[in-house]
Amino acid sequence: MCGIVGLHLREPSLEPRLGELLAAMLGQVVERGPDSAGVAVYGDPWLSPPGQAVVSLLGTSKAEVATALPGTVAIDADATTVVHAGVDQLAAALPEATVIGSGEGFAVLKGAGNPVALAESFGLADVTGWQGIGHTRMATESAVTPEGAHPFSVGAGQCLVHNGSFANHATIRRELRAQGVEFDSENDSEVGARFIAHHLAQGADLEKALKLLCERFDGFYTLLVSTGDSFAVVRDAIACKPALVAETDAWVAMASEYRALDVLPGIENARIFEPEPEEVYVWRR
Amino acid sequence: MATLIDLAESPVRELNQALHEAPSASWRVLNPRGAHAVACGIRDNLTVDVEGHVGYYCAGMNQHATVTVHGNAGTGVAENMMSGTVRVRGNASQSAGATGHGGLLVIDGDASARCGISMKGVDIVVGGNVGHMSAFMGQAGRLVVCGDAGEALGDSLYEARIYVRGTVKSLGADCVEKEMRAEHLAELAELLKAAERDEDPAGFRRYGSARQLYHFKVDNTAAY
Repeated sequence: MCGIVGLHLREPSLEPRLGELLAAMLGQVVERGPDSAGVAVYGDPWLSPPGQAVVSLLGTSKAEVATALPGTVAIDADATTVVHAGVDQLAAALPEATVIGSGEGFAVLKGAGNPVALAESFGLADVTGWQGIGHTRMATESAVTPEGAHPFSVGAGQCLVHNGSFANHATIRRELRAQGVEFDSENDSEVGARFIAHHLAQGADLEKALKLLCERFDGFYTLLVSTGDSFAVVRDAIACKPALVAETDAWVAMASEYRALDVLPGIENARIFEPEPEEVYVWRR
Repeated sequence: MATLIDLAESPVRELNQALHEAPSASWRVLNPRGAHAVACGIRDNLTVDVEGHVGYYCAGMNQHATVTVHGNAGTGVAENMMSGTVRVRGNASQSAGATGHGGLLVIDGDASARCGISMKGVDIVVGGNVGHMSAFMGQAGRLVVCGDAGEALGDSLYEARIYVRGTVKSLGADCVEKEMRAEHLAELAELLKAAERDEDPAGFRRYGSARQLYHFKVDNTAAY
């Protein structure tokens, strides 16, 4: 299964409530993915101060960062450590750590275990910002570890969460590797994220990259993709996995099930619809 | 006077247990908030009004009851219903009325993919559009679509009958358009009336199985 939630705020007065709303949404899709969870949050001034390079890492800690790079700001959030430094500097100082997100203005938090406990451990309810996406995982293609949790963030500011499974991910991973793309895991969803990042880097816009993904990937997928200014949804040709979008003047939200949308303010007047198969939906800030 | 159950206070399991014990003929369910399995497995002639959107499998396995959802329904509304009436005032997600054996399912809005998948005798009337692969492997029953149908309508159809008023994006394997005869106009008029709709049956087209797919072809005898 797996559960997906995402919230893209249009109304700035809701930004102080981003984390609280995202945590409430995540709590409604726990049964869909009780193994592990992760979120990406855009615009929190504490996790990602404006103009500051931010790296999200697994396999390290605030204490290790303090030793390796004295004076650098680091924040522990369950298995994740968010560090205010450049990715090259960190890769050199902490070669054993895994980068799970880098760029300005956003942070990725992941962990293994019950999603509600993880949201608590991330301090998600106190997070603020303008956009957030989240995922609860029921693992199929790879192990239950923080590394295997979504979102997959492999380009600056880009994140992907996936419900489903890609059938031809090994083939596409080989093709991308042949073009010099490096991978962190054997996870099928990472291949989707690398594919999108690869095409964005080559100049495609998000719509084009997602259309190319539909052409190239075989399997089941509902994807929610976010970037530093966008929020996008796409489903496979037979719409195997569930997806609902709700939209008001104040926000756009997407979730696997209606109950996760029901927690949002103004849901009673929202326009609610199911995304059509292989149609790319993009909302920009 | 309807018995009131507020799902903000009682769990769904309690609601369904109460409906199965059925001391009252009329029920009103408040705050479903997308909960799954609301009003499932009812066996008696009850009236249940659900005030809001429901999650998966609402009114599944229904027998005799009239269940009305005053909102949208998630995946598999009225799945495997046996009899009675289930009505969704809003839209329904995928697999509405899946495997239904009997009774009437009415969706006032749109139904998404696979509406009436493997239907086995249920009648389904959709006021709006249906998504792709609707009535897939439908064995018996009638599917009426007042709007448009998506791709691969009636794919691998057995003996379910399909009536569509709008456009059909494409027909599935072994599904063909058929002549609308007087008996079809009559049964369609009855179905529309039962669903409280006022469309003119003359505006619909009929689709059914070409019966090429599910019969054994004698040419293949040599393979055994």
